[in-house]
Amino acid sequence: MSTALSFKAKPHKAPKRPVWEEKPTVVGQAAKGATLTVVVLLVVIPVYAVVLTSLSPQSSVNIAGGIVLVPHGLTLNAYREMLDGGVITRAMLISLAITVVGTAVSMVVSVLCAYGLSRPRSLGHRWILMALIATMFFSGGIIPSFIVVADLFNGYDQYWALILPGAVSAFNILIIRSFYMSTASELIEAAKLDGASEFRILWSVVLPTSKAVNAVMALFYAVGYWSAFFNVMLYMPADSSKWTLQYVLYTYVSQGATMPGQNSATAFAGKDQPAPLSLQMCVVVLTLIPILVIYPFVQKHFTKGMLTGAIKG
Amino acid sequence: MSAISVRSGTATTETGPGGAPAPAKRKKARTRLPFRVRLRRDWPLLLMAVPAVLLVIAFNYLPMFGTVTAFEYYDYILGFWQSTWVGLQNFSDLFADPNFWHAFENTIVLSVIQLVLFFPVPIALALLLNSVLSSKIRSFVQAIVYLPHFFSWVLVIVLFQQMLGGAGLLNHLLLTHGMNAWNIMTDPGAFKYLVTAQSVWKEAGWGIIVFLAAIAAIDPALYEAAAADGANRWRRTWHITLPGMRGVIVLLLVLRLGNALNVGFEQFLIQRNAVGSGASEVLDTYSYYYGVAANNFGLGAAAGLFKGVVSLLLLYGANKVAHFFGEDGLYRGTR
Repeated sequence: MSTALSFKAKPHKAPKRPVWEEKPTVVGQAAKGATLTVVVLLVVIPVYAVVLTSLSPQSSVNIAGGIVLVPHGLTLNAYREMLDGGVITRAMLISLAITVVGTAVSMVVSVLCAYGLSRPRSLGHRWILMALIATMFFSGGIIPSFIVVADLFNGYDQYWALILPGAVSAFNILIIRSFYMSTASELIEAAKLDGASEFRILWSVVLPTSKAVNAVMALFYAVGYWSAFFNVMLYMPADSSKWTLQYVLYTYVSQGATMPGQNSATAFAGKDQPAPLSLQMCVVVLTLIPILVIYPFVQKHFTKGMLTGAIKG
Repeated sequence: MSAISVRSGTATTETGPGGAPAPAKRKKARTRLPFRVRLRRDWPLLLMAVPAVLLVIAFNYLPMFGTVTAFEYYDYILGFWQSTWVGLQNFSDLFADPNFWHAFENTIVLSVIQLVLFFPVPIALALLLNSVLSSKIRSFVQAIVYLPHFFSWVLVIVLFQQMLGGAGLLNHLLLTHGMNAWNIMTDPGAFKYLVTAQSVWKEAGWGIIVFLAAIAAIDPALYEAAAADGANRWRRTWHITLPGMRGVIVLLLVLRLGNALNVGFEQFLIQRNAVGSGASEVLDTYSYYYGVAANNFGLGAAAGLFKGVVSLLLLYGANKVAHFFGEDGLYRGTR
């Protein structure tokens, strides 16, 4: 599919209205256009305003009296201050590391498991599948999970406590598995006749033909790790040197904590000092950037990756 | 259509301890190879599932057994096994606590509001988007409205703060136009609608993906035939598109009802300080604050277990209702 997310059979050509369909009325078209514009703006404006404010000098924040909608000069001072090696820089690196390692762990485990359960009539796959599905509908709750991780496995203040407990999503495994089951079984049978091992088949036959679902699932896992803040609150609330970016942001938002990194006033002579609001919005944008960077590449696979798995199942 | 299917060939039958198929099942298992042969053939597949199974046992099943904490006076030094067993004491404490019932009530009310105000939005958006002929515009709108799904709750709430909060854009506009400021973010009375608006903003766009797929699966010939019979645009939507989406709509309704007690956790945790626990306490935050934060693990676990069991019953009930109306729902017995 070359056109992103098109549901038409022929995405390359502009679809024509079928001959039997009425011509649209002017009022109808206008109402449709207006509604869609409002919907898009509702998403775009907050993001735009936050990004612009983070890039604005003190003077334009003063003119706007808060969040900035009209640019009066741009500056990267807020970013310079936040990324000069202080708390935010460290939190950002921790978040990135956890996201990368966590996504790798999740994907390896999920892909292996999904393929292992995807071959028809293999030994015991139904039981394992049932056991996985059960976790989607009943959980012990927050407290027992906390006790198991913190007390039983001594995970308190350990980075793995931010990764392993949520590393496996039964839902994601089910989607990957459905996708693998729909990949050409003739290819797999042929590879088997050639004497390929199951690992070999997974690596050389199944993985190359299922890039869409793998990309989407990796994005899901990565976003999960990147967005999490509660696990930090649960397992390492005391040690601020281990906090992730989302948790630091949470402390500003919810606890009204003062911004760290505002100690280098000497670095900016007088009026070049970024506004506190710009600094805050800079942290917000830092949580946003990785998502905005990866999203366009994966976005076109959503329909294929998600739905081949979910609907068929 | 059912959401989850574990069928992938013939039904599995039990095998006897010696590896041979159990005699009683021999007729059905005619095509089945002996256990040992299958093990020799399938061990790489089983090996592949091992890491996931271990993780699920450690972090999903152990906590399920860990719900015994709900019947203990839990002391982390003593652990699961040696903590004092108090029977149903935690539950009687729980049910005697007005704060718990308040959290329960908040959860239910929020769930109903979300069902009424959230659920129809993706359906309406999907219908609207489907009626747009230009695939460029459609792709563009989709790319934009899917995006907030990938934002964290902290981020979404910051964005709302900057737009609607005390120092936010809306109040700035209100004040400069001589009107009174209204800080929606800290108004307990508006909180239910605020969190629903946040959920709609974050998830409604993503929600359309399933509905669009359901619409795309409808046979176009039906529309043509209906048009030939004189059905206009609205009638075609009502008599063809919506019935075509019914299976998905019912499935998502069942899931929504089964999840009625999951109204969101991080969303409430983040805003609890701003609006106070009166408006924002739900079952999950109750469990966390009374369990971990106030160090009463038994009580918190009891609240969690109560929620888990009620959720399971709700899911079962919702599915039964779906079957009653002739829909597949989430699962459909054995075939």
